[in-house]
Amino acid sequence: MSDKLLEIKDLNVNAEEKQILKGINLTINKGEIHVIMGPNGSGKSTTANAILNNPVYTKTQGNIVFDGQDITNLKTDEIARKGVFMSFQLPEEIPGVSVTNFLKYAKNKVTGKPVKIFQFKDELKQYMESLNMKPENMERSLNVGFSGGEKKKNEILQMLVLNPKLAILDETDSGLDVDAIKTVSKGIEMFKNDENAVLIITHNTKILHSLKVDYVHVLIDGKIVKTGTQELAKDIEDNGYSQYK
Amino acid sequence: MSKTKIEEVNRNIYDIKNKDEYDFKIKKGLTKEIIEEISKQKNDPEWMKEFRLKALETYDKLELPTWGPDISELNMEEIATYVRPKTKLNSSWDDVPDDIKDTFDKLGIPEAEKSSLAGVGAQYDSEVVYHSMKEELIAQGVVYTDMETAVREYPDLVKSHFMKCVPVNDHKFVALHGAVWSGGSFVYVPKGVKVDIPLQSYFRLNSPESGQFEHTLIIVDEGASLHFIEGCSAPKYNKVNLHAGCVELYVKKNAYLRYSTIENWSKNMLNLNTKKAIVEEGAQVDWVTGSFGSKISMLYPMSILNGKGAKTEYTGISFAGKGQNLDNGFKVIHNAPNTSSVVNAKSISKNGGKCTYRSLVRITENAKNSKSSVSCDSLMLDDYSISDTIPVNDIRTDEVEFSHEAKIGKISDKTIFYLMSRGLSEEDAKAMIVRGFAYPISKELPVEYAVEMNNLINLELEGAIG
Repeated sequence: MSDKLLEIKDLNVNAEEKQILKGINLTINKGEIHVIMGPNGSGKSTTANAILNNPVYTKTQGNIVFDGQDITNLKTDEIARKGVFMSFQLPEEIPGVSVTNFLKYAKNKVTGKPVKIFQFKDELKQYMESLNMKPENMERSLNVGFSGGEKKKNEILQMLVLNPKLAILDETDSGLDVDAIKTVSKGIEMFKNDENAVLIITHNTKILHSLKVDYVHVLIDGKIVKTGTQELAKDIEDNGYSQYK
Repeated sequence: MSKTKIEEVNRNIYDIKNKDEYDFKIKKGLTKEIIEEISKQKNDPEWMKEFRLKALETYDKLELPTWGPDISELNMEEIATYVRPKTKLNSSWDDVPDDIKDTFDKLGIPEAEKSSLAGVGAQYDSEVVYHSMKEELIAQGVVYTDMETAVREYPDLVKSHFMKCVPVNDHKFVALHGAVWSGGSFVYVPKGVKVDIPLQSYFRLNSPESGQFEHTLIIVDEGASLHFIEGCSAPKYNKVNLHAGCVELYVKKNAYLRYSTIENWSKNMLNLNTKKAIVEEGAQVDWVTGSFGSKISMLYPMSILNGKGAKTEYTGISFAGKGQNLDNGFKVIHNAPNTSSVVNAKSISKNGGKCTYRSLVRITENAKNSKSSVSCDSLMLDDYSISDTIPVNDIRTDEVEFSHEAKIGKISDKTIFYLMSRGLSEEDAKAMIVRGFAYPISKELPVEYAVEMNNLINLELEGAIG
């Protein structure tokens, strides 16, 4: 049994006619936390979206293998049901659908099993407490009228409830204050175990102050130009990205 | 392929066609002789026969509306206006013929009666085939019966209210209704009586090329309260069917009436229904309306706020699919000081369907210190469906608070991607967005109807994709 969870090979991706990703190679094993860093417009979010096969992007070359299966051309919901989750940079608002009902429905879709309602609500309540979320948010419409911080925490809540094998966090830390970043880090630590993995996508290093990671990749102009450990993030914090251009 | 199959299977609940069996079906068309024959068949008192004949004269004089959807395909020569089912009025489901009872069973009516209703009326084609109400309400003097019985047994109440709220010359199809009306419900709630559990009437049109013209007359006397629910459906035929019902609601001083409807006619139905309420001092009428079926619908319930402090709320949703043109809305006349109206209208159109919200808010000179707030929200599920808003606001005094807000939107690809990333298929994602959009309306419906509405939304969306 291989420990390899995600393997991206020579991935080239276009947005409309423009090439964004120019040959990404990335391997993530079970039990690891990876970070992709890079300046704005380098292709970080595109990488996340391409893994979930967002139809806005076109893959022109390369493939993505997840948990031993080629997922390059699967539909987004099929990829999600195989155990990939993405925390969105700008989570969508769904009026008229409560957080509870949404998560119950999604959990059922992801696991393919009926959700036991009382057990589920208890679990949800516990997670919300750990994330310092207001319990009344459970019954509010998903993301409607939520502050930026509440939306991001709600994404982490969804990650905990849906319990994927791979969680991709796209700029989850951006726009958050120090306390909220700590809460997000705490959520990631609660989620993390030897069987799953996390891919954090960020343009700054703040979250790495409160979270220990295994690998840091620097993405510049659609290519990973350097891979290192947590030390690499420190270097970027001190010296910026220009040294890699 | 499988999606289409699911749609067919599900829709079957509504599409069951019983054999077109009847005790009596009037000749097609509309003449004095036909009206006289209907009147004779129904054992009308003389005044009602005269009423029908006068209404026919009015019908002949009035023109078809020159606005709204095109209804020129309606040929009254091809419509049978009276079809009597092969049973009398029953007060036990056991006495209702099997095929008719079976239809209502599948629609869940007897079951709902046991669990959550205080009384039920069921109409099949032109006549009410079942009517029943709980003993304790009878003891309190509540009257809930079919309209024909009311004409015979409560002549004074009927004479003083029948087609006074909706006058025969209101428009051509009201005049038609006045001439050929049959069936419907009569409710009288005496002063101060609170009916806590809803009453429900269900109208089922089975016979092809026919019309349903039920008359609903509800009087909620001073300080009394009532929740009345109305459901309608019909199986699909290739020829046009017509529904021109009439609903008259009298809400007396300090009384309360909630009137909920789910109209789920088949898609060959022209639904030209007229509903009005007269609301007296301190009284309130709330309308909750779901309009799903029918080929063309022209339906604009109206509240006339005649007494000081009278209130009304309208909560409505329309859902137009392929080939449907639903022209719905709400009208309110503020005719006294301190009156208030709140409108929350939503529409969903898909697959080329058209939804129009057509409304009137009139605040007269003596309606000082009144408030009206209108919000309408449309959702289009694709690029070739149509949504339109045609509000008329006629405000004749300065001392009012009035607001009108209209939004037209589409489901964004981003939202669908977001939901799909949580394991929902594209169909599930769209259905969830639509159910959420409809939720402010469905939460106002009785629970069985909210469930039915959600099922209908799922049903309407299946086959809409791919």
